[in-house]
Amino acid sequence: MSVQQQPEPRPPAAPPPGGAGAANVTPAAVAGGATAPLVEMRHISVAFGGVKAVDNVSIDVRPGEVVGLVGGNGAGKSTLMRSLSGAHKADSGEILIDGKPVTIANPRDAKNAGIETIYQTLALADNINAPANLFLGREILTGVGTLDDSAMEDATRKVMGRLNPNFKRFRSPVRNLSGGQRQSVAIARAVHFNAKVLIMDEPTAALGPAETEQVRELIRQLKSEGLGIFLVSHDIHDVIDLAERISVMYHGRLVGTVDKTDVTIDEVLGMIILGQPPDKLNREQIQSLR
Amino acid sequence: MTSSVATSEHETGSLRDRVMDLVRATEIDGRLLGMIVTLIGIEIGFGLYTGGSILSPVNLLTFATQAVQIAIIATGMVLVIVSRNIDLSVGSVLGVVAMTYAVLMHEVFPTTIGVDTPYGWLIALGAGLLIGIILGAIQGFLIAYMKIPSFVVTLGGLLAFRGLVFDISGGSTQAPDDTQFVVLGGGPLGSLGGTISWAFGAVIIVAIALYLYYNRRQRRRFGFPVRPMWAEVGIGVVGLLIVVGGVAISNAYHWPAGLIEQYAAQHGISPEGLVIEAGVPWPAVILLAVTLVMTFLATKRKFGRYVYAIGGNPEAAELGGINTRWTIMKIYILMGILCAISAAISSAQINGATNDLGNGYELLVISAAVIGGTSFAGGVGTIPGAVLGAIVIYALRYNLQYIGLPSNNQDIVIAVVLIAAVAFDTYSRRNAT
Repeated sequence: MSVQQQPEPRPPAAPPPGGAGAANVTPAAVAGGATAPLVEMRHISVAFGGVKAVDNVSIDVRPGEVVGLVGGNGAGKSTLMRSLSGAHKADSGEILIDGKPVTIANPRDAKNAGIETIYQTLALADNINAPANLFLGREILTGVGTLDDSAMEDATRKVMGRLNPNFKRFRSPVRNLSGGQRQSVAIARAVHFNAKVLIMDEPTAALGPAETEQVRELIRQLKSEGLGIFLVSHDIHDVIDLAERISVMYHGRLVGTVDKTDVTIDEVLGMIILGQPPDKLNREQIQSLR
Repeated sequence: MTSSVATSEHETGSLRDRVMDLVRATEIDGRLLGMIVTLIGIEIGFGLYTGGSILSPVNLLTFATQAVQIAIIATGMVLVIVSRNIDLSVGSVLGVVAMTYAVLMHEVFPTTIGVDTPYGWLIALGAGLLIGIILGAIQGFLIAYMKIPSFVVTLGGLLAFRGLVFDISGGSTQAPDDTQFVVLGGGPLGSLGGTISWAFGAVIIVAIALYLYYNRRQRRRFGFPVRPMWAEVGIGVVGLLIVVGGVAISNAYHWPAGLIEQYAAQHGISPEGLVIEAGVPWPAVILLAVTLVMTFLATKRKFGRYVYAIGGNPEAAELGGINTRWTIMKIYILMGILCAISAAISSAQINGATNDLGNGYELLVISAAVIGGTSFAGGVGTIPGAVLGAIVIYALRYNLQYIGLPSNNQDIVIAVVLIAAVAFDTYSRRNAT
């Protein structure tokens, strides 16, 4: 397996936090523990009725790192991420941001902590336009407390100019937009507010090849700007391509978190399908996956 | 694709496209424009049929004043339906509040603070408003926080509050109201008078001009595309014509002979040749104010933005960090306030309150909102649309009654209009995408 190339940090990009030499941190060095975690989720459990959707899972992400979160259907990836984004409160466990414990009881708490989420469903209100969606819940107000739609449109034009320069339909309801345009609105909403941590739930599932490549490029760019990204995906190639570390879930449990450079794609598949860490898998089991 | 719409005004494709381009340049809601055209069509049609007599100022003012009570509540019903809820209790809430007004002024005040005191009617209004807020808050709490479907809660409200009306009244009609209160109902004595009406019109015209100027400047400031100048001027001129026309029609209605004689006797002058212009009726002024405030809340405040977001995608609103429950509860509190305002006008118009006042209003209010373009799928609807919807319903009702159609058949016509309006929406939405 080829080692992933580290993208050159862009000139305007903020240097990743983490002390001297952080700008030259390689993925391997990050994964090796050179930097403290941005977000740590410790011993998180979520149950729906009697079903343990997430069972005592601990994962973390560091600045400038992409952690791929993979697993089969119903493995608990999305539920785990929903407890970080505030969509669903965890039953037990703790969340630390920059080493300090925080309470995330609702989406507002998560956003205040610098955690932004791009949901698989995009979570857009179809009947209102892109600026209104981008600022939903965080509207810009005028001095007299009214919505400053012009300022919001202006800010949206600026952020879209960076993410998707072809985007022109700032005043029509987002239901009239194409899938890729809607996706870029959802991404713009996540990156506009100086997020520290980004949760991307199947960000390329509904996109064509060109748009998928755009999103991948964006992920590399955001990573180089020092964000920590949880990338939830069914697509093992997406994850192998973009992530430094891969956390695998199976039936609500964490099978393990592995360094991408330490494993083969077959070993990751083994973890996903058989629910066993690589050292517990033997050659025959891996062969049987083929 | 080739199915034709009976209500379509456009003959050829190219002309239609050109008209649509012009409309688009003005950035006016095509739906609203269609309703205004429909309304003018109704009035011209009936005007021709009756040889013009139906277009007399008194006829126009009468149906407009009647429409006000429905239109005021319909402005709130838009937000209720936009947020994917319903309110069936409006007629009963109106009944409770109207009966409160009447009982206070007819029974309570005479034995306490006296009849026709300068402030008695204000106390009554305050009490009614408070009751409206309480009834709205109770229903809003059950819907938003207890998660009971709004249909069920407000169906309960419809029944329970109507029962409450009888408890408040003791079963009998309560009349009359305070003489100052009655002014709210309109009519010759409840209007602004000729001179003030023109001043009122002038204020509105200046406000329209300032609004257009401010909007243009705001868009220029950010370098956004602005409307072509002809469209700005055109909108201003149309606004001016509507205001001038409205005031002129109102002023063309003169006090009837009986009132003139009373007035002349009181002031010791001769009634001969005395003409007093009624002017814009108070209900119309109140409706205008309510429409402006509600449009402001819906389009310029976070509250309105959240209502539409909830209607468009409740989950997205929740994930956006919006307090959706408090937003829903506020909508129902607002409905209580609107019902109280409407109840004041209803009660003032009949100078008292009957036990069945407001009976069946829920269906008229919902019809007005739906004819005005509010969609039961949620997320779609405008407040000016609902006001126009109420006016269309009452224009039809009044005119059909005027030409002698029995009331059961009026309902049939209104039902056809209701369904046709929704069919038109469904058709145009399908073709838009």
